[in-house]
Amino acid sequence: MTDQTTSADLDPAPARAPMRIRARGRSFLALVLSPEAPLDAWLEGLDNQIARSVGFFAGRPVILDLGLVAQDAEGLEGLQTALKERSIHMIGIEGADRSWPALAAWDWPASLEGGRASGAVEFPEAEGEAPAPVEAAPQRAESLIIDRAIRSGQSIMHLDGDVVVIGSVASGAELVAGGSIHIYGALRGRAIAGVGGQPNARIFAARMQAELLAIDGFYMIAEEMDAEIHDQPAQALLSEDRVTVTKLP
Amino acid sequence: MAKVLVVTSGKGGVGKTTTTAALGAALAQSGQNVVVIDFDVGLRNLDLVMGAERRVVFDFINVVQGDAKLSQALIRDKRCETLSILPASQTRDKDALTAEGVAQVIDELREKFDWIICDSPAGIERGAQMAMYHADVAVVVTNPEVSSVRDSDRIIGMLDSTTEKAKNGEKVEKHLLMTRYDPSRAAKGEMLNTEDVLEILSIPLLGIVPESEEVLRASNVGSPVTLSNPESAPARAYFDAARRLQGEKLEIQIPIERKGLLDWLFKKRVA
Repeated sequence: MTDQTTSADLDPAPARAPMRIRARGRSFLALVLSPEAPLDAWLEGLDNQIARSVGFFAGRPVILDLGLVAQDAEGLEGLQTALKERSIHMIGIEGADRSWPALAAWDWPASLEGGRASGAVEFPEAEGEAPAPVEAAPQRAESLIIDRAIRSGQSIMHLDGDVVVIGSVASGAELVAGGSIHIYGALRGRAIAGVGGQPNARIFAARMQAELLAIDGFYMIAEEMDAEIHDQPAQALLSEDRVTVTKLP
Repeated sequence: MAKVLVVTSGKGGVGKTTTTAALGAALAQSGQNVVVIDFDVGLRNLDLVMGAERRVVFDFINVVQGDAKLSQALIRDKRCETLSILPASQTRDKDALTAEGVAQVIDELREKFDWIICDSPAGIERGAQMAMYHADVAVVVTNPEVSSVRDSDRIIGMLDSTTEKAKNGEKVEKHLLMTRYDPSRAAKGEMLNTEDVLEILSIPLLGIVPESEEVLRASNVGSPVTLSNPESAPARAYFDAARRLQGEKLEIQIPIERKGLLDWLFKKRVA
């Protein structure tokens, strides 16, 4: 093969029109974390939050605001590693300066511009009446419609809207939706709705045999489900921080 | 001192998961603290055989990746309180297991349990390697047929070369467990006999588990055979194997179903 040379290799590269590069916009809501001294107590509080809402930081960009921390605060050197260990994906650092000796060993992400502040983001389990204002300006969420059965081991993720399945979801399959989940078939796997703070999301199934139902971080396992509902048309919703399953009329 | 035991075979369908569940339940019934771990990420079954599938929230991968604590993922058996299961994930694949993560989980389990039984996936790839890496003891599950024996031989070679013990110049303690053994077919010479298998593999025999409908019935109701029907022939074979693992010297015998005269007559008529 190596000794064969095609004519294209011999010819000088033909002059081509410069390729047009297309770019599209996509907005994400970044979380701003503001640690306070003492940092070890703050990290402990963070661990408690993570334990109560597992996966809350997964895939979310985080900006670290060090405005409340003095540059000689104890444990500041290790803070970035500590956050990385908790799978917190840092995209920016604010309120601090690269010249601080404690930050000498830190990886410094490229600075970002044009951020717009939005309201406080509540952790999914956080108490309070108001639903978390996750999006500053709510965008039109698109539904994902799937016209086939979801097989064991398949995982469907759709973080910004509803998921509709025309077919069954097998044991060992998983649906994850930012909004609600609608299944026109048997739900035998896991359905996780309202990911990222939508306590009003619901899960509907024509035949409810779910292994696990979760809404906004609260979950229920098959064993806790009422036997009367098994294999019936049913919906799951969050009521007073508990997943409740009721038969559909 | 905690022991890590891997149930492995190379070949699929020989009875690894059945053996993991049955041995785990047998050891647990003798008062030992036992955890069974499903290493078959992506094709998990141990939760079904153990009857824990309706109670899975977090799994092994969540723990390995630090998304959940070990205590959140362990499921305690309802019938036997010294028995726990750590289920695999069905939606991920074997690449989700990291060597460091697995090592950490095993270390943590060593502090809490007497026996850590790892149910290996079939094959000789990553998943199987991960399952055997930390083993102190290996139970090689073999059917009396040539393909199974050759695959077991391959696995024994790996136990002697790629495990942590092997790398430290030590030996993994290896046992052969013959499963799906059919005495009537063996008598007709339709199966490899035990002596031949032992001669080829040259590792000590831990037990012979007869082929039995009881095993199928047990896994369909989600219960290890040593819990669902302790008197059955396969359960007695597993109980004996568990006692041998704990150092007892017992003569190897092939348990047979205890049948009354009526059973015998009935069998005859049907056949």
